Amino acid sequence: MRIAGKGLIDRGASVGFRFDGREHVGFAGDTLASALLAGGNRLFGRSFKYHRPRGVMTAGSEEPNALVTVGLGAGAVPNVRATMQEIFPGLEAKSQNRWPSLAFDVMQVNDLMAPFFGAGFYYKTFMWPRAFWERVYEPLIRRAAGLGALSGKHNDEAYEKAFAFCDLLVIGSGPAGLMAALTAARSGADVILAEEDARMGGRLLAEVEEIGGKPAHLWADDVLAELAAMPNVRLMSRTSVTGAYDDGTYGALERVGLHLPKAPAELPRECFWRIVARRAVLATGAHERQIAFPMNDRPGVMTAGAVRAYLNRWGVAGGRRVAIFANNDDAHRTARDLVAAGVEVAALIDTREDAPQPAGYRLIAGGQVTGTRGRLGLREITVATASGEERIEADCLAVSGGWNPALHLTCHMNGRPSWDETLAAFVPKPGMIPGLTACGAAAGVMTTAGALAGGRQAAEAALADLGIEARAIDLPQAENGGARITAFWEVTGAKGRAWLDFANDVTTKDVRLAAQENFRSVEHMKRYTTQGMAPDQGKNSNIAALAVLADATGRGIPETGTTTFRPPYVPVSIAALGAGGQGVGFAPQRFLTSHKASTERGAPMIEAGLWYRPSYFPRPGEKTWRESCDREVMAVREAVGVCDVSTLGKIDIQGKDAARFLDFVYTNTFSTLPVGRVRYGLMLREDGLVLDDGTTARLGENHYLMTTTTAAAGLVMRHLEFVHQAHCPDWDLRMISVTEHWAQFAVAGPKARDLLNSMLLEPLDEAAFPFMGCGEIEIRGVPARLYRISFSGEAGYEIAVPARFGEGLFRDLVARAESMGGAAYGMEALNVLRIEKGFITHAEIHGRTTAFDVGLQGMVSKKKDCIGKGASERPGLSGPEREQLVGLRPVLPAKGFGAGAHLFNKDAKPVSANDQGYVTSVCWSPTLKTHLGLAFLRNGRARQGETVRLVDHLRGTDILCEVVNPVFFDPEGGRARG
Amino acid sequence: MARLIEKTPCEALLPVTCGALSLREVVGDRITSVAPFRGQATKLAAALKKLGLSWPEPNSANAKNGASIVWTGRDQAFLIGADPDSLAGHAALTDQSDGWARIRLEGPGAADVLARLVPVDLRGFEPGQALRSQLGHMMMVLTAPAPGAFEIMVFRSMATTAVHELHHAMKAFAARSAV
Repeated sequence: MRIAGKGLIDRGASVGFRFDGREHVGFAGDTLASALLAGGNRLFGRSFKYHRPRGVMTAGSEEPNALVTVGLGAGAVPNVRATMQEIFPGLEAKSQNRWPSLAFDVMQVNDLMAPFFGAGFYYKTFMWPRAFWERVYEPLIRRAAGLGALSGKHNDEAYEKAFAFCDLLVIGSGPAGLMAALTAARSGADVILAEEDARMGGRLLAEVEEIGGKPAHLWADDVLAELAAMPNVRLMSRTSVTGAYDDGTYGALERVGLHLPKAPAELPRECFWRIVARRAVLATGAHERQIAFPMNDRPGVMTAGAVRAYLNRWGVAGGRRVAIFANNDDAHRTARDLVAAGVEVAALIDTREDAPQPAGYRLIAGGQVTGTRGRLGLREITVATASGEERIEADCLAVSGGWNPALHLTCHMNGRPSWDETLAAFVPKPGMIPGLTACGAAAGVMTTAGALAGGRQAAEAALADLGIEARAIDLPQAENGGARITAFWEVTGAKGRAWLDFANDVTTKDVRLAAQENFRSVEHMKRYTTQGMAPDQGKNSNIAALAVLADATGRGIPETGTTTFRPPYVPVSIAALGAGGQGVGFAPQRFLTSHKASTERGAPMIEAGLWYRPSYFPRPGEKTWRESCDREVMAVREAVGVCDVSTLGKIDIQGKDAARFLDFVYTNTFSTLPVGRVRYGLMLREDGLVLDDGTTARLGENHYLMTTTTAAAGLVMRHLEFVHQAHCPDWDLRMISVTEHWAQFAVAGPKARDLLNSMLLEPLDEAAFPFMGCGEIEIRGVPARLYRISFSGEAGYEIAVPARFGEGLFRDLVARAESMGGAAYGMEALNVLRIEKGFITHAEIHGRTTAFDVGLQGMVSKKKDCIGKGASERPGLSGPEREQLVGLRPVLPAKGFGAGAHLFNKDAKPVSANDQGYVTSVCWSPTLKTHLGLAFLRNGRARQGETVRLVDHLRGTDILCEVVNPVFFDPEGGRARG
Repeated sequence: MARLIEKTPCEALLPVTCGALSLREVVGDRITSVAPFRGQATKLAAALKKLGLSWPEPNSANAKNGASIVWTGRDQAFLIGADPDSLAGHAALTDQSDGWARIRLEGPGAADVLARLVPVDLRGFEPGQALRSQLGHMMMVLTAPAPGAFEIMVFRSMATTAVHELHHAMKAFAARSAV
């Protein structure tokens, strides 16, 4: 019901929206909650477990009941608090956890079963049969209980992440926050003022009071106008600070486009901020709490402060006839404001005998509300006094059990608040979050004058820490009445369930049951009853619940303590946390210079780390990857193939101690390598297992170029830096990655040399480029580096040019190769070629193998030390008990098998106890017309010629293989030497 | 034979604009990594002085007559737009010219765009400063070629992702500004 002349809404701008398919109208400035309340709607949703009708209870982000789904289709957002959602033209909202409709919900039958559904009911009930839990009980329970659901569709709407930095972060824009921000801003500090509401001003928007001689909300507007005009201030409305982390870092969630009709696609719906603040002021105010009395959950039961907020900010009366139930003076403001606005106040029931004498409304001092009536909304309350029981007609009951400082952020680094007996509330202790000071109601200062003074003081202290001189600023005149309270948690001795946690349907009975069943610790009680585990994270129920627990266990509240408040302060959508990470946004893509040329040829890409490498280059008529791969392999063996190998790590190493350094990090010797030559090297980790392998070229006396595998490029660079900085920092040595600078292509096959010669002014000098030679050449007018190395086993080269020429060179090399009967080849063919030659990759040097295992023990020089050498000589890292690299040929060549298959003795049962080894790499060899595999087999090198049983339990393979030399093709290596 | 065709890292990707914000590629300059050898600091400084430059302290850069030197890491700086031959012998010199995509972002709100991707406080970031940080998940060298303008260097292979992410942030910023 709207009250004429009240509220800060724009009555000139009406806004149409839909709730559960029905048209509604509100005004600009309304939330979904205020607009629906104004239309007389009290029913907003169904409760989590019992499907009880529920209405809006609060006016803030702590709302436990009025959770709705906003939007349609993939972009629908469930569990939006109607108290926070601004209305806009075209807004579509739906109630949740009901079927078929909000007013008639089939599952409300649960409420009749309530005696069986107490805390822990499913632990006790759904025990047998065991297998039913996952398939029957759990899905049933999940369907019966719950909140809103995601659409299940892929949502590609824009979300955002961002970083911000400031001298002072002020969290909350009530009197304390505004005063803190103003003090710091006028003193020249960089200030961020974050407010989760759409409109700044905090409680000043919800109260009838004056600051500095004018209405409080106008004072707030003046301060905000001044702040907005200052270049050192950033005002962030619709921004909830969600967590406090190390070093002054705060998480914050900003609603950017969720309140706008037809927002452009690029506009983020939400932004997750990481704000790094040198100092912070917590001015988050306080949350009003309920009193637990029988059937206190009906639509129409609200907090007294919320009733006041709806009246004063939105011009909405919570009901036609409002009753108030409280244990403190503050709730009397609700009665006064309602009376002043012409709303009928049925009575104020104050639990205290010494309640203040009212003006203009009926007071029942020393009374208690012992029951309520009204199926879909409150109709009547029952009040008990010393003189008896009375029924009072009321469609709204404003309840206040006192206020809890919103101190949650102060606990995010494991600090514990302390109990304040006068306030009957927990208050933060100083220093719980380094650099953060609480003030105002968040610090337990419950008057406006106190909040203004506290805000100024907190800012001044922060400025002093930062070495910024605080400009003197006058405190305006403000309300300074004390808010007396006498703790009162629970109406006892009356019949009926009394809710504590509305969002998770936890009652006082559940808490007492937990205590009775020995879940007496507050953390145990929480988990047993699920109190405090709903989206409101217990903001509305924690203190009352632990008070009931304290009573049930005979302890005081301070001894009982609170549960731990953890981030986030309000629910944060995963879409905001993961903004930018959808699809390919998950990680950067690294593209080769030849990428476009390869995709033009239809090459599918395979991811190698962040790199995209061509898998194979299909030709017309080729139906499977195998056909393309086989052709590419034979092109290399019989003519010439071209492959982009730029992804291999390339590290430029220079300095007088470069040679000495390489001798130290490689197992073999590089100081003896002549300039203009390349050598294969093996690198160990400090624990003696193989780290990586690759070739290193000596470009000059003190200049080497190391290549690493693609997978380990970053790892090896890090290793080298570590070895240099930790083991030999005095050595004259410099290194830098040049992977990105060079585009490098393998040109391999019997016609490789002819191909290169066709692009050079003068033919290659065989003497200058023998096998494992390197040097500089010029190719088509461009200086290049040429390495005569081979990973295919064929005569071949790798040619490197500055990356700007990469695409041009690749296209030319491939065109020439094709004219010579050759081809471009991809990762599949590259893999087949190297398996045929028994060359290892990280499939073999996977982190658990030693040089001995891969048959390269001879490469560990006996003449010098190297990283990992000592450790590699430990017992157990070599010898016949080790699984050693072998080749496998199926007895029937056409029988394929997969990597990951296990090996067993021919007549052994294929069970793990009999395991003899495993397969690491497999291929069909078009060269040898058989399937091949590389494998690690126990004592394998001594077992060549033996037949073993290969079993792959996953793929259902069970075949016999012959153990052979892992170098299947051209074991003498004559082809590569040309 | 015709010389091989050259392509820049951001060819076909840039320039793009978004309102008053622009993103374009910086091309052409030679980039050399300079890493002083042991005991060569004084001689290197003298050689740099002849180029009008000085060895950059961490997080700094200096420039003269179109040449600049940018701190890029421990005992390492990038000489940009100058012939490094005169430094030979005093430092390990490594050609990096083709390894980096250089992207210039400028216009009102440029810092706000970077705030979506760069986890560093850029208040007061100005010519003469240099940073190694992240652009999204990509490692980056950041400098300020002019007040209010940023130059971002990322690996050449990551140019597509870098441009996409920057352009996305520019569009989001423009959409926010229009609200």
